[in-house]
Amino acid sequence: MSAFLGYDRGAGRVGVRNHVAVVSTISGANHVAEKVALETGAIPIVHAADGLQFGADREMTARTLQGVGMSPNVGAVLYVGLGYEQTPAVQLPQPTRGKPVEHLSIQDAGGTRQAIEQGVRMVTRMQEQVADLPRVPFDVSRLAVSVKCGGSDYTTAIASNPAVGVAADLLVAAGGTVFLTETPGMPGSEHILARRAVNREVAAQIYAIVDAFRDEIRTHFDRSPHEGNPSPGNIAGGITTLVEKSYGTIMKGGHSPIQGVLQFGADVQGKQGLWIMDTPGHDVFSVSGPAAGGCHICWFTTGRGSPLGNAIMPVIKICGNPETYRRMAENMDVNAGTIMTGEKTVEQVGREIFELTIRVAGGQLVRAEELEHWEFAVPRIGSTL
Amino acid sequence: MNRCIRMDPADNVVVLLVALQPGDELTVDGRAVRALAPIPVGHKLAIHPIPEGEYVIKYGERIGRATAAIAPGHHVHVHNVYDITEEVYREERRKLGL
Repeated sequence: MSAFLGYDRGAGRVGVRNHVAVVSTISGANHVAEKVALETGAIPIVHAADGLQFGADREMTARTLQGVGMSPNVGAVLYVGLGYEQTPAVQLPQPTRGKPVEHLSIQDAGGTRQAIEQGVRMVTRMQEQVADLPRVPFDVSRLAVSVKCGGSDYTTAIASNPAVGVAADLLVAAGGTVFLTETPGMPGSEHILARRAVNREVAAQIYAIVDAFRDEIRTHFDRSPHEGNPSPGNIAGGITTLVEKSYGTIMKGGHSPIQGVLQFGADVQGKQGLWIMDTPGHDVFSVSGPAAGGCHICWFTTGRGSPLGNAIMPVIKICGNPETYRRMAENMDVNAGTIMTGEKTVEQVGREIFELTIRVAGGQLVRAEELEHWEFAVPRIGSTL
Repeated sequence: MNRCIRMDPADNVVVLLVALQPGDELTVDGRAVRALAPIPVGHKLAIHPIPEGEYVIKYGERIGRATAAIAPGHHVHVHNVYDITEEVYREERRKLGL
């Protein structure tokens, strides 16, 4: 299987979903955005950003919120703000090839109720506009997938991460794109990643993002990465040293050369091969960044169990612990616990993940989507003022 | 069913998929290794002798140094392994010239 049916967004962009999103541009607009989404069945994206943001913090918020609208998984988007002059300067994406992009100002609409009514009318109209958009064949090389682990346990490095690494290698070999995320998991193995960088500049970028993390925790928390890490839980599970933990973490990216490093939420269009996106380790941020960059799907490994999904990206949940898979079956898509019990090999489960990904790209829902897990969050840089 | 997994052919430890009691035997590379201590699932067991000060190798990479001689069948963990993360970080970064 090397093709899937996706949405042609023009300008080389392909989507695997056709979501209608209601995005708040500022925390004061969250309530209206949520109510509009609730009444129309659209997907709400709300957050804690506000007007008083500067520099890189302001840019990250703007880039992330703009990225949601630009995502090829989004078929139509309504941005809800208070009034232009108070937003973190979110530049609305240009409407493209039949993707409606609209803006609603609560102040101009005349308050909460008027804004909700107007928003519902606008979203209903957009839903009608995009309802019949056809899916057409695309090669699997068009897919961009991000990887992350959350709720890890001793099975993560033995089963689920190696299996995802196999799937990552398969996708890259097929011409697709994989994003390794979670910079806080990299101290200990930055040299492994740097050795695999395609050139010196990329190797330096890898050290730079990990250095920035090391500086951040030293400055704000007076810690270095290895203090209290591995954690007592990791140690109880058998992880002895930080390098060991970090090697187990990066396995989920596979073994391909690393093409480059992108900042959180940067546009992934046109990137091929294995890349790194600089994200926090936080389970929701580390999926939201690639989503805002335009990734199509996330491979999320777990051992203790995580129910998380994402507002605009199907999150394929890969569970390495057979007991957790059984207990939280309603949240899990792939049972990598079969590696622990010896039923399947790492390679077999890796291929299973790859083939499921193609079906998910073509429209098959993941558990997190069925359960309406539409998590999304925008990280902040520095203090909230 | 496999009772252990070796992440890389160069490794001197395996990871247990089942808990072992002293006397329990594993076969690795056609050789028998007998557990010398109770070792929980997910933990490491030495399959080669690791002299004091030598590296514990997992994923084909050095992950720690033995703080005492470790015989095949021993539990390899925080009680006999020194965390070399900072040492590896400094050395590898210097080697890469970055």
